[in-house]
Amino acid sequence: MITGYFNYWVVIILMMMGFYIVISDSNLIKKIIGLNIFQTSVFILFISMSKVKGGTAPILTAEADVYSNPLPHVLILTAIVVGVSTSALGLAIIARIHRAYGTVDETIIHEQDDLQDEG
Amino acid sequence: MLAHLPALQVVIPLISAPACVLVTRANWAWLLATAVSIISFVIALLLVHEVSVHGVLSYHLGGWRPPLGIEYRIDHLSAYLLTIVAATASITMIAARESIKQEIPPEKASLFFSAYLLCLTGLLGIIASGDAFNIFVFLEISSLSSYVLIAMGRDRRALTAAYQYLIMGTIGATFILIGVGLLYMLTGTLNLQDLQQKIPAIVDSRTLHAAFAFLTAGISLKIALFPLHLWLPNAYAHAPSMITVFLSATATKVSVYVLLRFFFGLFPQEISLQQFHLDKILLPLSIIAILTASFVAIFQENIKRMLAYSSVAQIGYMTLAIGLGSADGAIAGMVYLFNHAIIKGGLFLAMACVLLRIGSVQLEDFAGLGKRMPWTMAAVVLLGLGLIGIPFTAGFVSKWYVLSAAIEQGHWLAAIVVVGGSLLTVLYIWKIIEHAYFKTPVSATRQSQVILEAPRQMLLPLWLLVAGSFYFGLETSFSLGFASTAIQTLFH
Repeated sequence: MITGYFNYWVVIILMMMGFYIVISDSNLIKKIIGLNIFQTSVFILFISMSKVKGGTAPILTAEADVYSNPLPHVLILTAIVVGVSTSALGLAIIARIHRAYGTVDETIIHEQDDLQDEG
Repeated sequence: MLAHLPALQVVIPLISAPACVLVTRANWAWLLATAVSIISFVIALLLVHEVSVHGVLSYHLGGWRPPLGIEYRIDHLSAYLLTIVAATASITMIAARESIKQEIPPEKASLFFSAYLLCLTGLLGIIASGDAFNIFVFLEISSLSSYVLIAMGRDRRALTAAYQYLIMGTIGATFILIGVGLLYMLTGTLNLQDLQQKIPAIVDSRTLHAAFAFLTAGISLKIALFPLHLWLPNAYAHAPSMITVFLSATATKVSVYVLLRFFFGLFPQEISLQQFHLDKILLPLSIIAILTASFVAIFQENIKRMLAYSSVAQIGYMTLAIGLGSADGAIAGMVYLFNHAIIKGGLFLAMACVLLRIGSVQLEDFAGLGKRMPWTMAAVVLLGLGLIGIPFTAGFVSKWYVLSAAIEQGHWLAAIVVVGGSLLTVLYIWKIIEHAYFKTPVSATRQSQVILEAPRQMLLPLWLLVAGSFYFGLETSFSLGFASTAIQTLFH
């Protein structure tokens, strides 16, 4: 059970770790890191399911007749690009938040916003 | 040329986006973005025509045949949504010049318009594509560019709003990606048509249940269905005015389309409703959304924020109609979507006018605005009537169809909520009207008496939307007729 689905257990553990960081941490940069872990787990999910038993890398050769499925790899290449751009954009926004508020902590930012509302 | 329309619909805004960066002059960038939006609208209208004459259009990208190749598939439903998005884009861009000039620094204007064009590409792509993974990619293109656009708001809170949206939006998109991955794992295909044929055979699989759950959560986040709506009010309130106009009329609407496409097309609707009980999730959440969001809207002091909460409630009406599960319900949902895009787009456009002239959209600054901006405020009143659902407005038509679909299904609670929600709408629209017409400004200096009407370039599009709100309240052959054909083809 555990050995047979080893990859999927790793996926679920990573996914939950990443998700928990996104929800619980008040540091904006750590949230982005959590988001990255969360997305990476999905990449592993896709890559794991492309494995074909006894299959080799999908390059046409005379020696092999079973190949792993290349399509999920291609899809995940796209998803990685999306993930990288999301992180880059997130960090860029954090840099501007830091310039505007002088902090990257969510709770302090909310306090400052509330103060502004009252004053 | 005509055969390539489905691809051109997406490709033209896509290649114009980098071209827009090269145009450094703000006015030229605006002109390019406007021209591209109008071209998209013309293509969308041509597609509507093609679809009504020839039926479903299938475009094979690169000549690769589906299900192996990526397919763009334009049926009635897609053509309907493409028209809404492209029309909103055109109207927004025509009106945008003055407002953008004031809110966006000129050196950033070309980048701003380029991000806008990418957002348009993404939204049109989601609708045109017939491939599940392709839809995810376009979803991320539109989302990433809308985070950028929202972050360009004047207030520093725009930054935190954009960040919050980025986090929640990415989680939603990743959930959709997981769902799509699981579906691929089960069926070995990503083509929506092909998936539709393969899903009934594997309906007992637990993996399919997981896929359905992930897709539901992901799409609901993108729709801003209660309680996943937390990103929406701040994002709409602090984004640049014209971006609020554009996103409020398109972004969540396109997500509602994805909901309909996935759960009533990709998953056959009997499976979604009877095996996975989608209605038991959608109906209660929609009812809570309508009541709580309308209630919260009443107490907002910032009018853009008030209208944003109102959007959450209005989205509740659409998901309620779809959640009823009948063809009539889905048609009502589509008509609602169409009319709401006109009405809410118009109201946010009026707020853009106010922000341009007064520099604030706080309720207390509306005092006396009925005299100072007579045309803008008259438009707010007329569109407000539409939002409430007074007869002869588009809002009445959409509420009427939701109501009758609810009664037809014997869902009395939903019917009561539809009417009750309208009464709450009266309360917050009245607050705006009361301040604009029956209150005098606290500091009644001469300066605060001067008539400061918005420029004609904004008033004309605004009144076009007002006219639309009344036109589609009387003449429903496109908004209702085309939507009925769309849903009937989807439900076959």
